[in-house]
Amino acid sequence: MSQVLRQQLVCYRLQLKVISTSWFDGALAVFFPLMFATATLLVYQQQGDPEAMQFAGLGAAVMGMWTCQGVIASSLLARERWAGTLELVVAAPTPLGRVLVPTTLALSTIGLYTVVATILWERWVFGLELRIESWPLFVISVLASALTLAQFGFFLAVTAVRYRSSWSLGAALEYPGWLLCGFVIPVSALPDWLHPLSWSIPTTWAMEAVRSSAAGVSPWREILICLAIGTVYAVVASYLGRQLVDSARRHATLALT
Amino acid sequence: MTTLRILFIGGLMSYRAMFNWLSPWILVPSLIVSPICQILLFAYIGRSAGVGSDEFYVIGNALNYAVIPCLFAMSATIEGEREGRTLSVVLTTPAARIPLFLGRAVPVIVNGWAVALVGVLFGLLVLDVHIPAGAWPSLLLVIAVSSAACTGLGLAMGAVALRVRESAVLGNVLFCLLLVFSGSNIAVDDLPSWMAAVSPWLPLTHAIEAARDIANGAALGDVAGLVGREIAVGAMYATLGLLLLRWLEQQSRAHATLERV
Repeated sequence: MSQVLRQQLVCYRLQLKVISTSWFDGALAVFFPLMFATATLLVYQQQGDPEAMQFAGLGAAVMGMWTCQGVIASSLLARERWAGTLELVVAAPTPLGRVLVPTTLALSTIGLYTVVATILWERWVFGLELRIESWPLFVISVLASALTLAQFGFFLAVTAVRYRSSWSLGAALEYPGWLLCGFVIPVSALPDWLHPLSWSIPTTWAMEAVRSSAAGVSPWREILICLAIGTVYAVVASYLGRQLVDSARRHATLALT
Repeated sequence: MTTLRILFIGGLMSYRAMFNWLSPWILVPSLIVSPICQILLFAYIGRSAGVGSDEFYVIGNALNYAVIPCLFAMSATIEGEREGRTLSVVLTTPAARIPLFLGRAVPVIVNGWAVALVGVLFGLLVLDVHIPAGAWPSLLLVIAVSSAACTGLGLAMGAVALRVRESAVLGNVLFCLLLVFSGSNIAVDDLPSWMAAVSPWLPLTHAIEAARDIANGAALGDVAGLVGREIAVGAMYATLGLLLLRWLEQQSRAHATLERV
């Protein structure tokens, strides 16, 4: 057990360092959603409604987490492939999932930076002070969001492995995520047929939990659902990961470029 | 004749060779799905906030997303040559630099125009957008002008790619700045004054305003001033790009940094 924890910690720290030193994965992952948050807040600001600004401000703060995870997680294995390290990762006695999860957790950590950066940006640039009734519950909700996004990222990393240009797929997932997860648009405002899709993404529940904790309402129900859905994604990803690695070994397609 | 060949045939060959996004696996998600989703995102934000109309966001974001190919394809022509170890070969040819690099811009302008058109057509088919039939020729012209102006900015960015290696980051930063400052989603009059002061110096700003006016029934003559200003801004960035290319090429030769990856 201690060996597993050590491997997870070492892998997490190493990946966090790698991501933090990359202009693309680090700085841009914070800047990009921050600018979209700015555009969104400028739209909402025209209404002059403090409740609307509170709604948009909370969503804008969390939406960057989706960017940090979705875009990069989709191309995690492709990056290993480009670097020529995918064979080493697969051949290592450590299962692939135990390498990917700390990596997606590192991506979620960058996502936490964006939450802090956006809250500060909203305060300094827009004079928007978010009303948070319960800071501990708010922090727990954000952390639950980060954790389930890491699980969802694990799922994305595995399912996109056969897509040669998975980075473009990840980039294309950015806007749908922002649309569907209720960050800056209420899910109820979307067409009815999209609602099941929205609620099948753990981040939608995490966003609900963030709003509930900010409003002083208990977020535990949403947090539990969010964690449960995230776990389902992680279990499916783990199974798929094993199948894909076996298939890649059998057909000698691991180094597919 | 040689100049024309370099301009058109050389430009097209370079575009096909360097712009890797022409692969359908990249083109469809990046240049069709993403602009449509950006349009949907802001149209729904507008509906949710009770601000603006679908038409406002469709035109703003369709033109805004055309920036992506305009910026990235132009920088790809420099960075792709460097990665292919052919940049020094290109720069040691006796070919004049103006047709060499402007030729690379022509297919990019067409690409940007097509991306913007996909966005507008999507808005027409799926969202609450109605553009009078008579407005289309003027609208298509304005979209072409905006793509050309953004390609001017792309040329400047491509020149900077001679020195800066993180051109993907630079392109995304410029795209984001244009999203906020150019009036794509917030009319320039509604921007904070310091932002509104920056807007006229950026490509897109005047074209978006002109396109919205045309969609609302204005004639091309009514927006001639805006179109003229968009052309002037684009020409300013294109000139800056050509000057930067010349200067950075000399610097790269002097410091032997041309092909440093």
